[in-house]
Amino acid sequence: MSDLRNPLQRARGLGSAKSGVGHWWMQRMTAVALVVLSIWFVLTLLSMLHADFATAHAMLAKPWNAVLMIAFTTSMFWHAQLGLQVVIEDYVHTRWLEVSLMVLVKLLAVLFALACALAVLRVALAG
Amino acid sequence: MAQSGRPLSPHLGIYRWQVQMVTSILHRATGIALVAGALLVLWGLTALAAGPDAWSCFTGFTGSVFGLILLLGWTWALMFHLCNGVRHLLQDAGMGYEIPQFVRSSWLAVVVSLLLTVAIWAYLMAGGVL
Repeated sequence: MSDLRNPLQRARGLGSAKSGVGHWWMQRMTAVALVVLSIWFVLTLLSMLHADFATAHAMLAKPWNAVLMIAFTTSMFWHAQLGLQVVIEDYVHTRWLEVSLMVLVKLLAVLFALACALAVLRVALAG
Repeated sequence: MAQSGRPLSPHLGIYRWQVQMVTSILHRATGIALVAGALLVLWGLTALAAGPDAWSCFTGFTGSVFGLILLLGWTWALMFHLCNGVRHLLQDAGMGYEIPQFVRSSWLAVVVSLLLTVAIWAYLMAGGVL
């Protein structure tokens, strides 16, 4: 070791980590949103026992339900993608496979979130 | 993993069993299970948008024995991930860092998630779903 300064001394003055905590922070942000949204989701499902197609359709078409459902599915896939990234980083030790899997997971998460949003919009705007 | 010759950190086999270890492992396991649950939500929403035929195909699956077993599993997975997730958020805010508090909150997450699962399925059974 040629540098005898301690790590804190070296880091000082280099500026903030900027997006360094981005993953951690977004995982917590989506987690907080999902605490509220998943409770809403479960209660909504429980209120829809024995609902037929028309009832379920009309329920989701209500503006608040449609908005909250899109918020739920978007934060769910965002949170899922962040979590799967950590799992892949921990267990996949072949670099090309690790990167390929992460790219695949992230692209699929965006695709699925978009598909959910479009499905909700089709129901909400069908009337 | 590549053989680097570096010393390894102690692995799972070396630790005494503790509840914090179980909640940590379960948090990841339930998270992975819930990814599959997310795909079910995707199927349900696209089915509802596609029309009555697609919807009855979806409810046919969720109402089958296999579907109900999966839904029971996902209920607990969601309740545990939710309870333990709230526990993690509180710890991120700097709360509950004493070891006895760690143990207590771990047990609390396990027990409350099981109670919530039982409550939800008791409600479902009372509603005549099974």
